[in-house]
Amino acid sequence: MTETTTERPATPLVVLSGVNKSFGAHHVLQDIDLTVHQGEVVVLIGPSGSGKSTLCRTVNRLETIDSGSITVAGSPLPAEGRELARLRAEVGMVFQSFNLFAHKTVLENVVLGQVKVRRTARAEAETKARSLLERVGMAAHADKYPAQLSGGQQQRVAIARALAMDPKVLLFDEPTSALDPEMITEVLDVMRALAAEGMTMVVVTHEMGFARSAANRVLFLADGRIVEENTPEEFFTNPRSERAKDFLSKILHH
Amino acid sequence: MGIPFEGNNLSLFWHGFVQTVLLSGASALLALVLGTLLAACRVSPVPVLRAFGTGWVGVFRNTPLTLLFFAVTFGLPRVDVHLSAFVCAMLALGCYTGSFVCEVLRAGINTVPIGQAEAARSLGMTFGQTLTLVVLPQAGRAVLGPLSSVFIALPRNSAIAGAFNVAELYSVQQTLSEQGYAIFAIFFWIALAYLCISATVGLLFRGLERRLAVGA
Ligand SMILES: Nc1ncnc2c1ncn2[C@@H]1O[C@H](COP(=O)(O)OP(=O)(O)OP(=O)(O)O)[C@@H](O)[C@H]1O
Ligand SMILES: [Mg+2]
Repeated sequence: MTETTTERPATPLVVLSGVNKSFGAHHVLQDIDLTVHQGEVVVLIGPSGSGKSTLCRTVNRLETIDSGSITVAGSPLPAEGRELARLRAEVGMVFQSFNLFAHKTVLENVVLGQVKVRRTARAEAETKARSLLERVGMAAHADKYPAQLSGGQQQRVAIARALAMDPKVLLFDEPTSALDPEMITEVLDVMRALAAEGMTMVVVTHEMGFARSAANRVLFLADGRIVEENTPEEFFTNPRSERAKDFLSKILHH
Repeated sequence: MGIPFEGNNLSLFWHGFVQTVLLSGASALLALVLGTLLAACRVSPVPVLRAFGTGWVGVFRNTPLTLLFFAVTFGLPRVDVHLSAFVCAMLALGCYTGSFVCEVLRAGINTVPIGQAEAARSLGMTFGQTLTLVVLPQAGRAVLGPLSSVFIALPRNSAIAGAFNVAELYSVQQTLSEQGYAIFAIFFWIALAYLCISATVGLLFRGLERRLAVGA
């Protein structure tokens, strides 16, 4: 454990400190401190409603926070506007429900951000899009519309779309929860490959296999707090907190 | 019954027909642009713009069209703005129809899943880009049917312009009845002409629906 952490160049990429967030009277995130280093893969795990999605979404400010601070690559998240848009381009997001642009082909989905946000020339953007689609095994489907694809295929395109922006960090919010078992593997394989190439990733998932094989750290969230922080191996075989033990016994037994 | 084919009635008819088509076309364009801008205002995060959109729609959707014609035709000269009868009619019709377009589009925007806009914002698109590249194209598709109703009603509404010095199709009726033709025969031909225009608009929308359905 200590070996892997010392090998890693410890450049903090995403830093949350003292983050609090409430929806009305519901205190969803409570004093969250979290540092994600460059090249690190952090898995967020926890019971439903514990605040995993909310935490993930605060990092690109899809959710605003009430107090505390968040910095990405050293700069604090700007307020809504062009500055924030620029920062969001550096932070990729992959959603549980894919959210591919329904009126655009697969290729267009991967091209759009490059051309409109990065101002890349169209031909260049298409070349890049095709090579990214190749990488996620979707090159043959470039001209299809999202509705014509399976969930697993859509999610792989969504990953290609996020990668097209050359993000510094990728956020995944339960990327495989909406998928049938046979499609989960194809998405996780892509994510494993990304992790192996050194992509910085924050992943909300209950896929233990993925956490074990790709994550550097597992954070266990309950009731809006980080209750436990551990290596995947330690967390799954020998959890320290009662909450984590209780939670793991539930997900292991079904 | 063959009124249009007597004397120089055909050219009178034709002139009125062309005026109605031009007026409807120009107003439709104005309504589309204005309606889209208003819809953008109504969903924008800026409170002042939202209030402006709501106010505009409230006023123009609830005022009788004839009253709007009055306001434009007789109100604007009072503040020293002098426009041709055609432009006045276009403004009244465009502003009126634009408020309906806005509301239809807004209903369409509400059918687009929130995740579409979130995905666009996550890529770094601005509010304007998210709206014009992702949300509105999908919203427009979803409401092509109701939108076609709005634009089919437009040529019929444009008949009011006849009473405000625009020599459009409906005003042909007046000229012809002064010449002593049977009123029912006149109305038959004029109604037929309006039907042609509305049917064409309907067909255009159906074609559009079919073409865009491929991408759904
Ligand atoms: N927009 C919102 N308005 C009000 N409450 C919200 C909103 N979004 C989330 N919540 C509440 O905040 C809490 C945390 O939600 P969050 O989606 O972050 O949980 P989660 O850990 O991702 O759960 P799940 O595993 O079910 O996805 C929940 O109780 C939820 O009901
Ligand atoms: Mg969630």
